[in-house]
Amino acid sequence: MFNQILFLYCALVIISTGLLAVRFKNPVYSVLSVLVLFFHMAGLYLILNAEFLAAIQVIVYAGAILVLYLFVMFLVNLRQELKVERFIASHRVSAITSAALGICLLAIIPSFKLGAKGAYPVERIQQLTHTKAMGFELYSTFILPFEIAGLILLIAVIGGLVLARKEREEGCNPGTDTCEVKK
Amino acid sequence: MQILIIILQIAVLLAIVLLHVAYVTYFERKIIGHMQVRMGPMLVGWHGLLQPIADGIKSFFKEDIIPEQADKPLFMAAPVICLVTMLASLAVLPFAKGWALADINIGLLFIFAMSSLASYGVILAGWASNSKYTFLGGLRSMAQVISYEIPMGMSLIGVMMLAGSLNLTEIVEAQGTSLFSIYLFPQIIGFFVFFVAMLAETNRVPFDLPEAETELVSGYITEYSGMRYAMFFMAEYIGMMVMASIGTVCFLGGWNGPFAIPFFPPFWFILKVYGFLFLFIWIRATLPRYRYDQLMALGWKLLIPLSLLNVVLTGLFKILAN
Repeated sequence: MFNQILFLYCALVIISTGLLAVRFKNPVYSVLSVLVLFFHMAGLYLILNAEFLAAIQVIVYAGAILVLYLFVMFLVNLRQELKVERFIASHRVSAITSAALGICLLAIIPSFKLGAKGAYPVERIQQLTHTKAMGFELYSTFILPFEIAGLILLIAVIGGLVLARKEREEGCNPGTDTCEVKK
Repeated sequence: MQILIIILQIAVLLAIVLLHVAYVTYFERKIIGHMQVRMGPMLVGWHGLLQPIADGIKSFFKEDIIPEQADKPLFMAAPVICLVTMLASLAVLPFAKGWALADINIGLLFIFAMSSLASYGVILAGWASNSKYTFLGGLRSMAQVISYEIPMGMSLIGVMMLAGSLNLTEIVEAQGTSLFSIYLFPQIIGFFVFFVAMLAETNRVPFDLPEAETELVSGYITEYSGMRYAMFFMAEYIGMMVMASIGTVCFLGGWNGPFAIPFFPPFWFILKVYGFLFLFIWIRATLPRYRYDQLMALGWKLLIPLSLLNVVLTGLFKILAN
């Protein structure tokens, strides 16, 4: 009973903050409503006994990625953005499209069926703790996808380094302000 | 009934921690005073013992000024976010065996999550005040927190590997009761990285760039006054205490000491936390401030590789030991 009420609360807040994130005119407020959304997503994970995922959700998404979004927001001139009446002219088209999408999603709901129970029912996860259960699975059954994801991230990191690296003139001491940056 | 007991426990913990915060400020002023051959606060009470209470009353009755051009809701919410997230992380700290409000499985991750959320308070305070100094302070703090959270988390991976758990009570118990089995010795690299990152996370000297008073007046708290200022102040000191507690739990063996103290099990824990706090204050009285690019270079080029090395070494030793 308590879990159901908690789920209902989290789901309602997720939907409403998701809508608010799109509707707010001030982008900083949008980012903050996404922050509230992430929190309630972590709440949903907790209901599912996935405490490790919940913590990672808050640390990575709320603590790192959204902070970077805020960083970008601050570099934009908000005063001018706030004066813009509407970003897109055809407001009615977008309303109709999203309403149609909503109806499609609602139509799908009846076909939802509970699947068969896997190797990790709630009792086993509680006994093993979620962190351990996930670690075992990630490093045994799903080791190949895990490694591939690691490789992709490594490529992205190297790409970021190459893009951000500045070419310096020869014979100049890196790290000092007098170095001229080559265009 | 059970809920009432929990609420009572929370209230007692809050009261004790806030009292400690008040006297840590006194502690700090006295120590720095004596290190600089001054007396520190002397006038209010015996040797200035009532000074923190006088300060509290003063900031409580001060006028609460909100700048006209400020973003009002965010300006008011920022100090609350800072204080609440810091207070929330107190819930999982084990002060002695069984003396934790919430002994959850992911205690360590919970504290990381809360400390990363506390940075929102700082960032929003910097932006919402609508002033150059606060904005620069907020931006600096944002960059600093993002860079130093990574080495901080990675330096503790070694501890997690050795203890095989994220639960703070289990980490303390895995270290055993003797002096030589604490994780300070096998994890000395991790401890070094953790200590530097801890100073940076709590915005203390030599990493106090977000509130560098010689260039930014008072950084992100420039526009705050009265009780809201006091809330930032309290959040900073509670943050110091939480970080010191994490250091105690993960590297110094938590509540275990040379001999058990009857009737007051958290004795050794509190002693170790105060040892850390003394180090914080000692460093503040001794070291000059880092330059901004030095801060970034230290974090990304030294601490992160070192903490990665620590993870690899710990893993190697663990395989060899088996």
